[in-house]
Amino acid sequence: MNRMTAMLSWIDERFPLTSTWKQHLSEYYAPKNFNFWYFFGSLALLVLVIQIVTGIFLTMHYKPDADQAFASVEYIMRDVSWGWAIRYIHSTGASMFFLVVYLHMFRALLYGSYRKPRELLWIFGVLIYLCLMAEAFFGYLLPWGQMSYWGAQVIVNLFAAVPLIGPDLAVWIRGDYVVSDATLNRFFAFHVIAIPLVLLALVAAHLVALHEVGSNNPDGIEIKKKKDASGRPLDGIPFHPYYTVKDLFGVIVFLMVFTVIVFFAPEMGGYFLEHNNFVPADPLKTPEHIAPVWYFTPFYSILRAVPPFLGSQFPGVLAMGLAVIVLFFLPWLDRGAVKSIRYRGTVYKSALALFVVAFLLLGYLGTAPTNVWGQFGGWLGGAERATVAARIGTIVYFAFFLLMPWYTTIDKTRPEPERVTS
Amino acid sequence: MAENVNQGKRRMLIGATGVAGAVAGLGVATPFVMSMAPSARARAAGAPVEVDLTKLEPGMMTTVEWRGKPVWIVHRTPAMLDRLEAAEANLADPGSKIPMQPDYARNQQRSIKPEYLVLVGICTHLGCSPTRKLEPGAASGMGEDWPGGFFCPCHGSRFDLAGRVYRGAPAPANLEVPPHTYLSDARLLVGDDSKGA
Repeated sequence: MNRMTAMLSWIDERFPLTSTWKQHLSEYYAPKNFNFWYFFGSLALLVLVIQIVTGIFLTMHYKPDADQAFASVEYIMRDVSWGWAIRYIHSTGASMFFLVVYLHMFRALLYGSYRKPRELLWIFGVLIYLCLMAEAFFGYLLPWGQMSYWGAQVIVNLFAAVPLIGPDLAVWIRGDYVVSDATLNRFFAFHVIAIPLVLLALVAAHLVALHEVGSNNPDGIEIKKKKDASGRPLDGIPFHPYYTVKDLFGVIVFLMVFTVIVFFAPEMGGYFLEHNNFVPADPLKTPEHIAPVWYFTPFYSILRAVPPFLGSQFPGVLAMGLAVIVLFFLPWLDRGAVKSIRYRGTVYKSALALFVVAFLLLGYLGTAPTNVWGQFGGWLGGAERATVAARIGTIVYFAFFLLMPWYTTIDKTRPEPERVTS
Repeated sequence: MAENVNQGKRRMLIGATGVAGAVAGLGVATPFVMSMAPSARARAAGAPVEVDLTKLEPGMMTTVEWRGKPVWIVHRTPAMLDRLEAAEANLADPGSKIPMQPDYARNQQRSIKPEYLVLVGICTHLGCSPTRKLEPGAASGMGEDWPGGFFCPCHGSRFDLAGRVYRGAPAPANLEVPPHTYLSDARLLVGDDSKGA
């Protein structure tokens, strides 16, 4: 026994180091047929680390004070050594986080990864997505630019639309009668400590649940059903070294794209960092056009598409909330005989395609003013074309989920294979 | 030992401890929840604002800040007041049925004194601040039949010269009339109406 193994056994008698390594990496068997879509889980983890590290360094220079916040961000950009790089990595990371998470969620839709026995895994995932939205929303106020300020104003006012308690709730959230220094200070607290703690706990739960049930795969069949004499899945390969190496390749390609954005297009033409946010917040002057950052726009479109009812904004707010909440029920809405799109019929494939088109359409419309496509003629009462399109998109979005129990039942599926295909 | 345990008593004690713990938990949560309400300083900053109206010529508009919100005061001319009637056919709530004003401002002019309009300049849709388009007709860039009013650049809501919203706009209600009162003929107090109205 050499010195290293002696050291390791000393640790193992006191802490489950080797067994944990085996359980989660070297003897954790993942299906051997993972494809492109399986990069995004590990990439999400990478972006999380990037955001935490850059975030820590930003807090060393940032001032959560309404009088100093905007200037301190500019100080980071101009005077702090490499401050511009750290800030652009953080702002690009926010958008890339959502991009990666959207692709990760789309993978679940493709291969039915939310189906039994992975319902809790999916629910933890949706909770992570909710946390991410909160994190992005709180973080966006911190630069204290015009769009920060008015975006927060619009979103906090959504809570004011709740019947009865609304106005008091909004005052309580802001800590003032308007978005002010008190609001900025508490959003900072939520952004740098409260939400990240919850996020990390949820990510841990997500991974524990994943390793308990094992990964799904592009064929949507359980590899645990076919095992060899020693109890290893026949179609499984150890996560380490096979998938650590594969994921590392994904990381390299991803970082190439990431750095190109950071160095050459950190604002992404106003989509990652909106132009109006380079103007300091002014409570008495509303920007001409308020739009959230791109990753919120599908939900913002839904909010705008629903007409007010009896003088209340609440139906739109409710629809926007339900658009996210409905995701929790996905495992029970899908009644399909198979999990993977590979063996589903035309009905599900068309429904998913329509959903993707509706989501992208809503996403685009949310970035644009409601009159972007002009008005219909008198025969349709001169309605805004974009509003009508957003309403159709909203209906398709909800129909995808609410009609799912019906259309997945009538869908003509093909039989699943016994073993995974290559 | 184990077989001598009184299970009923044990459950009762666990339940009682749980309830006591929950009550204590609520008590401990109180200071944290309350700490997020507006502080004494924020409440003080929300105090009423006094405005001198002598310098506000007819047809002019001024903006004061109350609780961080823009409050508009428009000195309407008789011609402007006459045009209120004309717009009414196209308004969503011409009679101000939705309570967006104190009772003393629930009239056609939505004001205490017809000539002075006092409004919170925040769109009732999503909290943007509409821009002034007081001039009638094409002078405001709002089309020939525009009788004068306000236009919200965010989502296109239109309001008349009493802050009443046009039909078909995303804003669900008229602009808010804040509580206000006159301390004398030319001294307006915005934010408080307890001195009688």
